[in-house]
Amino acid sequence: MSRTAFINARLVDPASGLDVKGNLLVADGKIADLGPDLFSDGIPDGAEIVDCRGHILSPGLIDCRVFTGEPGAEHRETLRTASLAAAAGGVTTLIVMPNTHPVIDDVALVDFIERRARDTGIVHIHPMAALTKGLAGAEMTEIGLLKEAGAVAFTDGDRAVANAQVMRRAMSYAGLFGALIVQHAEVPELATGVMNDSELASRLGLSGIPAIAETIMIERDLRLLETTGGRYHVAQVSCAASVEIIRRARHNGLNVTCGVSAAHLALNENDIRGYRTFFKVSPPLRSEEDRKALVAGVADGTIDVIVSGHNPQDADAKRHPFAEASFGAIGLETLLPASLALVHDGDVPLTRLLGALTFAPADLLGLQTGRLAAGLPADLVLIDMGMPWVVESARLRSTSKNTPFEDRRVQGRALRTMVGGRTVYIHGDGGH
Amino acid sequence: MAAENGDNSLAAPLDTCRIPESALYNAALMTSAEKQLPPIFPHRHLLGIEGLSAADITALLDLADTYVEQNRQVDKKGSVLRGRTQINLFFEASTRTQSSFELAGKRLGADVMNMSVGSSSVKKGETLIDTAVTLNAMHPDLIIIRHASSGAVELLSQKVSCSVVNAGDGAHEHPTQALLDALTIRRRKGRIEGLTVAICGDILHSRVARSNILLLGAMGARVRVIAPPTLLPRGIDRFGVEVFHDMRKGLEGCDIVMMLRLQLERMSGSYVPSQREYFHYFGLDYEKLGHAKPDALVMHPGPMNRGVEIDSAVADDINRSVIREQVEMGVAVRMAVLDALARNLPNELRI
Repeated sequence: MSRTAFINARLVDPASGLDVKGNLLVADGKIADLGPDLFSDGIPDGAEIVDCRGHILSPGLIDCRVFTGEPGAEHRETLRTASLAAAAGGVTTLIVMPNTHPVIDDVALVDFIERRARDTGIVHIHPMAALTKGLAGAEMTEIGLLKEAGAVAFTDGDRAVANAQVMRRAMSYAGLFGALIVQHAEVPELATGVMNDSELASRLGLSGIPAIAETIMIERDLRLLETTGGRYHVAQVSCAASVEIIRRARHNGLNVTCGVSAAHLALNENDIRGYRTFFKVSPPLRSEEDRKALVAGVADGTIDVIVSGHNPQDADAKRHPFAEASFGAIGLETLLPASLALVHDGDVPLTRLLGALTFAPADLLGLQTGRLAAGLPADLVLIDMGMPWVVESARLRSTSKNTPFEDRRVQGRALRTMVGGRTVYIHGDGGH
Repeated sequence: MAAENGDNSLAAPLDTCRIPESALYNAALMTSAEKQLPPIFPHRHLLGIEGLSAADITALLDLADTYVEQNRQVDKKGSVLRGRTQINLFFEASTRTQSSFELAGKRLGADVMNMSVGSSSVKKGETLIDTAVTLNAMHPDLIIIRHASSGAVELLSQKVSCSVVNAGDGAHEHPTQALLDALTIRRRKGRIEGLTVAICGDILHSRVARSNILLLGAMGARVRVIAPPTLLPRGIDRFGVEVFHDMRKGLEGCDIVMMLRLQLERMSGSYVPSQREYFHYFGLDYEKLGHAKPDALVMHPGPMNRGVEIDSAVADDINRSVIREQVEMGVAVRMAVLDALARNLPNELRI
């Protein structure tokens, strides 16, 4: 019976609001017990002792929007390399998108992801399945069978389901299984540009993607949701107006949730200056006013989850004039420090922030993790809130190095990551 | 040859903006041994008007004035670029601009090579950086680049070791066009400051408009833009211009009327309903021109769509139209730009 005793920890369980000094015992891959008084009679014999030195012991992070290249584009990222990056970033569960070759739109392919994840990954990996066959936006996939096979939600990934009739039927049908639909909210005809539609875009001579490309799609889907029922989640909101729309819809009792990427909380369109393609992401980085509204959305709970939006692109896809470069930025290893900046800035309380990275995504996807509670899997991360470090792309574990945080000074990082009772990352260890 | 000369011009401070008399009048007559001309332009590349000071612009225009005179002589050939290699790298076809740069380089004594790389013939972008790196290995001193993507020229400037001139990048900038427009205006009106200039037409897709707005603003002109809302970029009101949707109101009291080309494919319903309707409301004819000052000049960067954005009679009116003069100024301005940038190039071999 393997046991690990975390002592001198600052136990933070966002779900219960717990934030106390104390200890935690892991036995047989599960959290056995925790609390301020645990080990008052001594630490159990034979347990590995981890002295947390007052650092935060939190449920491991759950990142529900990760793109990899497996299957089909393994040179960009495999499930294994993504899991290495995740472990180093304190992420114990990552959810991969179906935008692969082939597309994850069939039970056999969900099985493939689950098996490869089990055999090669060092953190939990679950797939979202495609909502429409081949991501073509026309015919719905086998939502029931895919869900039984292990798909945690249904999405066309970085493509919007543009056809209103298709979305209406998918929402209606998915309700039968309680399946979650995740939308990349964007009207394709309005989203032909390459960055936020703004004065800056005009100065750079780049075509813009207006905020209405996002808000119109969200408004449309919410109208559909009113008639069909079901569960609807906006993968990533990018602008103030979207936050306001969702805030209002929730007030009116609609079952809508949404996420935001850590990059959108930390950066804005001005970072693009000089045509820096690593800041070309979808949805686009928007104005500082939008960024502030997103932060406020996290603070007041309108925005449920924070994601990395991890999207590895190789150098060849980014070494182009801005308009021709591909969209996407990696983010697994910067998810935690980019998010913690909101706490350091005093904009979001710590438990609220960690909640958006732990129990909120767990609840959204129905995962039995994301909390510090006896009996749950020991998916844990030990966090040094204040540790300063510089993001060096060469040292990141992702195969692709397209990080928008390159050479940035950030604060806070994972010291140790545990998945199912197994230590998968120790900071400064050089290995896993 | 230059290596023998101990007086390296690069040692002089680059922030000098006043042009010494010797630079103004003798540049064309100097031999290569004497070509240690003082620097007048504190930039390595000319990627756009953005970032240039009024003094930078004035220095280039002053130098260009001397080249206008040189180009009107029987012997037009100078030697300030003798021994230098200039490559015109055009990813987007342009007869006018390319021949203007070619002539400018040749009249200054440079070896000029033209490379036209049709954007459609290469897989977009893929060979872009490779092409630049390959050309750079041939030791050019100046590369003139046009590309259909905004920012492409800046990207390439980071990959080469020579000076780069932007000959137009996407909808971003076309600095030598703005400079030649400014030279034309300054020679005709004696000044730029205080003039009212209307830029009319497809502002949205126009790099000429962006460079002109920046340059004219920096030189103290009042700039107006006149276009239907579908052809105006987002946030144009924050560019320091006045926005008009009505030609007659917009042209009221203008000293300069600058027309822009409207691409034919944008006239069939996507941005404006038809050629006919566009000309009716936004085409320049004598009636609309009548609202500008009586001595207002008409300009167009070319090539013109006669009968679409400009009436043929207006375009050919020698009393109002300076369109042909713009072409002449284009060569002189490009000579000034090449000369100014070459003065900052190393004059000694570095191994």
